[in-house]
Amino acid sequence: MTGNLLIVLFDGFAFGMLLFVLSVGLSVTLGLMNFVNLAHGAFGMLGGYLALVVTREAGLSFFLALPAAFLGAAAVGIACERTLFRRLYRSGELNQVLFTVGLVFVATAIATFAFGTGQQPIQIPDVLRGSVEIGGLRLGIYRIFLILVALAVTAALVFGLEFTRFGAKVRAAVDNQRVAQGLGIDVDTIFAITFALGCGLAGLGGALAIEIVGLDPTFAFHYLIYVLIVVAVGGLGSIGGSFLAAALLGIGDVAGKYFVPELGSFLIYLLMVGVLFWRPLGLFGKR
Amino acid sequence: MSTETFALRTENLRKRFGSLEVARDVSIALPRGARHALIGPNGAGKTSLVNLITGQLPPDSGRVLLDGQDITRLNRAARVKAGLARTFQINQLFPALTPIEAITLAVTERRGTAGQFWKSLAAHAEAIDEAWDILAQLRLTEVATRPTRVLAYGQQRLLEIGLALATRPKVLLLDEPAAGVPKGESAELFSVIAALPDDISVLFIEHDMSLVFKFAARIVVLVAGGVLLEAEPDVIRTDQRVRDVYLGQAHHG
Amino acid sequence: MADPTTDRSGVHAWIRRQGRWSAFEIAFWIAVFVPFFFFPTYLTLASQIAIAALFALSVDLILGYAGIITLGHAMFFGLGAYAAGLLTKTGWGEPLSGLLLSGLFVALVGFVVSFVIVRVQHLAQLMITLGLGLLTLELANAMSWLTGGTDGLQGVSVWPIFGTFDYDLWGYTAYSYTLAVLFVAVLVARRIVHSSFGLSLRGIRENLNRMPAIGAPYQRRLQVIYTISAGMAGVAGALLTQTTSQVALDVLSFQRSADVVVMLILGGTGRLYGGIIGAIIFMVARDQLAGINPQYWYFWIGILLMIVVLVMPKGILGFLAQLWERVRR
Repeated sequence: MTGNLLIVLFDGFAFGMLLFVLSVGLSVTLGLMNFVNLAHGAFGMLGGYLALVVTREAGLSFFLALPAAFLGAAAVGIACERTLFRRLYRSGELNQVLFTVGLVFVATAIATFAFGTGQQPIQIPDVLRGSVEIGGLRLGIYRIFLILVALAVTAALVFGLEFTRFGAKVRAAVDNQRVAQGLGIDVDTIFAITFALGCGLAGLGGALAIEIVGLDPTFAFHYLIYVLIVVAVGGLGSIGGSFLAAALLGIGDVAGKYFVPELGSFLIYLLMVGVLFWRPLGLFGKR
Repeated sequence: MSTETFALRTENLRKRFGSLEVARDVSIALPRGARHALIGPNGAGKTSLVNLITGQLPPDSGRVLLDGQDITRLNRAARVKAGLARTFQINQLFPALTPIEAITLAVTERRGTAGQFWKSLAAHAEAIDEAWDILAQLRLTEVATRPTRVLAYGQQRLLEIGLALATRPKVLLLDEPAAGVPKGESAELFSVIAALPDDISVLFIEHDMSLVFKFAARIVVLVAGGVLLEAEPDVIRTDQRVRDVYLGQAHHG
Repeated sequence: MADPTTDRSGVHAWIRRQGRWSAFEIAFWIAVFVPFFFFPTYLTLASQIAIAALFALSVDLILGYAGIITLGHAMFFGLGAYAAGLLTKTGWGEPLSGLLLSGLFVALVGFVVSFVIVRVQHLAQLMITLGLGLLTLELANAMSWLTGGTDGLQGVSVWPIFGTFDYDLWGYTAYSYTLAVLFVAVLVARRIVHSSFGLSLRGIRENLNRMPAIGAPYQRRLQVIYTISAGMAGVAGALLTQTTSQVALDVLSFQRSADVVVMLILGGTGRLYGGIIGAIIFMVARDQLAGINPQYWYFWIGILLMIVVLVMPKGILGFLAQLWERVRR
């Protein structure tokens, strides 16, 4: 029984790491720009389909598909931010919600048109297939890969924020936008770059997700809900908060579906409502 | 038990944010009918003090007494019901509502009739009349039915005071009422304040010294969260410590 | 814009005028009879639109007037639908009392939920409404012994209205019934909106921070309107059950919660009729476009949504009102 429990914890943690990569971008941009981008899941979906095209049509390796997904989603993200989103920065939460929801509708329809409604499989390299035996447990290699990627992303983000000048500017802008501008920090460019980064990470997450949860046009909406839970519970602008919330959500989701499948995601939602009521700003939220 | 002679009194209010002390044992007393000014350099903690008194900021220690009643535990709305009202340094108005609507809202809230969702607004005739009288007092009747957001800034500032007056306060705290108002209009604004009935006690924060010396009966000087001096205008005017504090600050008067 | 209201009686008259029936309103309530005569084949759709309009109105009360953004109001719609259905299964099939009882039940649930909703704002509030909606759906799915699960509630049978009007194939009864309920709801909403309570709600929406500073117990006010809104949404759900004699899980779906907010944005929030107009546009468009190509209906509604938000942030009614203002000058 403990063996099962440990496997569930491992799988759950891996799923959580996937959710982390998908969500952390939104947490940072929400904390930085206060722009409610519900299309974040759509950028994930975009990354997924990009990875598919790269591996299937171009015949390239999965390891190349990942950066392609990142860059592609980042590029589309910047384009959207420069042309559309920035007009809505002062429009209030509701309008931002509705606009980005409209974008999700459009993205979902385009995906259906281009790829059909079915689940798409992806070819992962042999080196990532199968499982290894560690400490008496059979652990999936792909899931180990997921965890490593997520940890690398975390390290890069933390290093970037704490030790680079750009990171310092981002932190300043998150803390107090007006003062940062007064200090000569180009908040506009910071927004654009950070937003691109956030979308890129979502795209990366989407590409990574295919092997674990599959990809179809409902991805944008379905994973939006997971992402929102991670961001709200973790706290806006907090990388550590997103990490913790994603890990908890991943484990909770997998464990729940394994041990009490009849209840479905009921417990997850109940816990989220409870946590948010107790701590409306999230576990580590500052604003 | 002696009858309280002060409309508002604070006892040793303390508040700090980390290493920043915004209130250091602040004890002030406002007698009935007072016209007191609260002055001090930027960052002295004047607005914070008002926030502490109105309940927007909970103190670390100390008490606030309104007419002898300890209101330290009451929330903002309860303090307003008890007779303590304030205006904000930056207008906190209702942009889409018209002045008559905004003041009527405040009046019905005071009367406790605002929650009657089954009764049409037009039926609250007395409340509307009262609101009209307040607007007349503030000379805003011309714009009574225009949305607040199209009003001139000086008129908006007057409406800000009107909202506070609608609560029939015993004590009125005005946070820089003339802030941002052109010099010519600020005198008129203060004449409205001066014309307030004697049973309202007023404490106003102000930077413009000419207005302070013209309208205040007594002045409290706040520096770095603590009361430096509280005295009549003539004493304040000539006090060396006050001059030192304001050295380098542009002041009129 | 000449306003001869610079005297006391003028101001009273102005306030009275705000609550008067406008020409547009009167025209609207005459126009709703058009389907009976000119589109008799569309009466079923018309009653669906009326139900959607009622649901949208209930959301407008909290979204447009009090500023509470919700992505989970289908929770109350669905609870009303199931309540009405389950009531008929106990043997009591009288529709009007069923409607009332379902509405009261859902209002009670709304009252309980309101304690949580009014104590949070912004993202947390949005997520809690979303979470509660999703949670209720999961619960209904899990409790399939009561709700019928994915198969839906079976055996719902409603008695004829007033004992005489049974549901006809064409939908005359259904449309008359739903239209009448919508009308009553609009009357109630008008009364609320043009009361001092409605003014208080607008104050909350305009500047939440100022409300305690004028002594307003805003949380209590928000709880009242949230409860009323929940009850109204429940009535809409019950109407759906009574006119279709079935209840499926999708009455609780996130899709339904999102759709109703879309309708409100299309029509314009805080204008009482915005949700109704939005519902008409949305449902008619869906009916026509989904007929052509079911999968791509969402593409067009997405585009429309983005355009409305960018170009007409106050919705179609708001846009028209602005045009009307400019024409008047």
